[in-house]
Amino acid sequence: MLPAFAVLLAFQLIGESLARVLRLGIPGPVIGLCLLVVACLASHRLRDFTLQAARPIISTLSLLFLPAAVGVVQFLPLLKSQGLALGVAIVVSTALTLAVTALVFRFVVHRLHLEERE
Amino acid sequence: MPNAAMQNVAQLWVYLSASPLLWLFATLAAYAIADRISAATDRHPLANPVMLATIPLAALLALTHTPYTTYFAGAQFVHFMLGPATVALAVPLAAEWGRVKRLAVPITIALFAGSLTAIFSAVGIAWLLGAPHAVLASLAPKSVTTPIAMGIAAMIGGLPSLTATLVVVTGIFTAVIAGPVKRLLRMKDHAAHGFAAGLSGHGIATASAFHDSRIAGIFAGLALALNGVLTSILAPLVMKLWP
Repeated sequence: MLPAFAVLLAFQLIGESLARVLRLGIPGPVIGLCLLVVACLASHRLRDFTLQAARPIISTLSLLFLPAAVGVVQFLPLLKSQGLALGVAIVVSTALTLAVTALVFRFVVHRLHLEERE
Repeated sequence: MPNAAMQNVAQLWVYLSASPLLWLFATLAAYAIADRISAATDRHPLANPVMLATIPLAALLALTHTPYTTYFAGAQFVHFMLGPATVALAVPLAAEWGRVKRLAVPITIALFAGSLTAIFSAVGIAWLLGAPHAVLASLAPKSVTTPIAMGIAAMIGGLPSLTATLVVVTGIFTAVIAGPVKRLLRMKDHAAHGFAAGLSGHGIATASAFHDSRIAGIFAGLALALNGVLTSILAPLVMKLWP
C-alpha cells in the first residue's frame, strides 16, 4: 500500500508544481487528479496498483474534513451577527443546487435516451 | 502528597495540551466514535460523522480554552491527507471512464446549471437579507472544495477563512439533505444523485455519497473537480453584478 501511496503523492507533487509554475488558479491536488485519470486510462496496471492506496483513503474521506470543520469555532461571533442571512442562504441554495443539478442531469439523460441498458 | 501529584497533573496538561499528539488523538478518537454511531444508525443523514465528531471537539476546545491554532498543530496531519485523497478520486473515476464518456452531455449541462444555481442563489438570498459585500463574496464559492474556494474568495474581495467555514457548513448540510432530496425527487439515477451531491457539497458530500453507492461516489468526485474549476471562472463574473 505504501508504494501506491507514494504514487498519489507524486501526482499531487506534479500537480502542485504545475499549478505554481503555470499560475493556473486551480489547486495542485485537482490537477493531480486530472493527470492521474489520464495515466490510469493509459495503463490499467497503474490503475490497479494505485487502487491499493486509493481505496483505504477514500473510505476514510470524512475523517479528513474534521480539522477544517472544527475551524468553525473561530467564526462563532461572526456567525452570530450574520447568522440569519448566511443560514438561510446556505439552506435554500443547497436545496436548490441539489435539485436543479440532479433534475437537469436526469432530464438530459432522458432526452438523449442515455439510460442504463444493463 | 496529593498537592505534588496535582502539580504533576497540571504540568502534564501543560505538556499535553500543547503537543500535537493529544489533538491528533482527540481528532481520531472523536471520528472513530462518530463513525460508529453513523454506522449504528445505518448511515442516517442526521448522524453525519463529520458533524457528530465536530461537536465534542469544538466543545473540548472551548472548555479547555485551547486556541484553534494549537488544535490544528496536531490535526494538520489528518488535514494534510486531503491532498492525496483528492488525487485518489482519480482511480475509481478512471475505472468508470466509459460511463463518464457516455454521459458527457448531461454532465456538462448539469454542471453549468448547478454551478450557476449554487452561486446566484447563495449570493442573491444573502444580499436580499442585507449581508455586506465581504460576506456575499465569501459566500459565492461555498459549494467548492476548500483550497479552491479560499482562492476564489481572496480574488473577489471575500474573507478566505470565513469562506473555509461556510464551505464546511455547506458540505455537511448537503450530506444531511442529499438523501431526503433524492427521495423527494424519486431519483433512481445514482450518477445524477452523486453528481448533484458532489457539485453542491464537495468532498464532505462525496464522502457520504460513497456510502450510498460506488457510482454515486465516483460521480460526486467528478462533480467536485469540475465545479471547482468552473466556479473559479464563474464566481468573479457573477460578483460583477454586486459591485
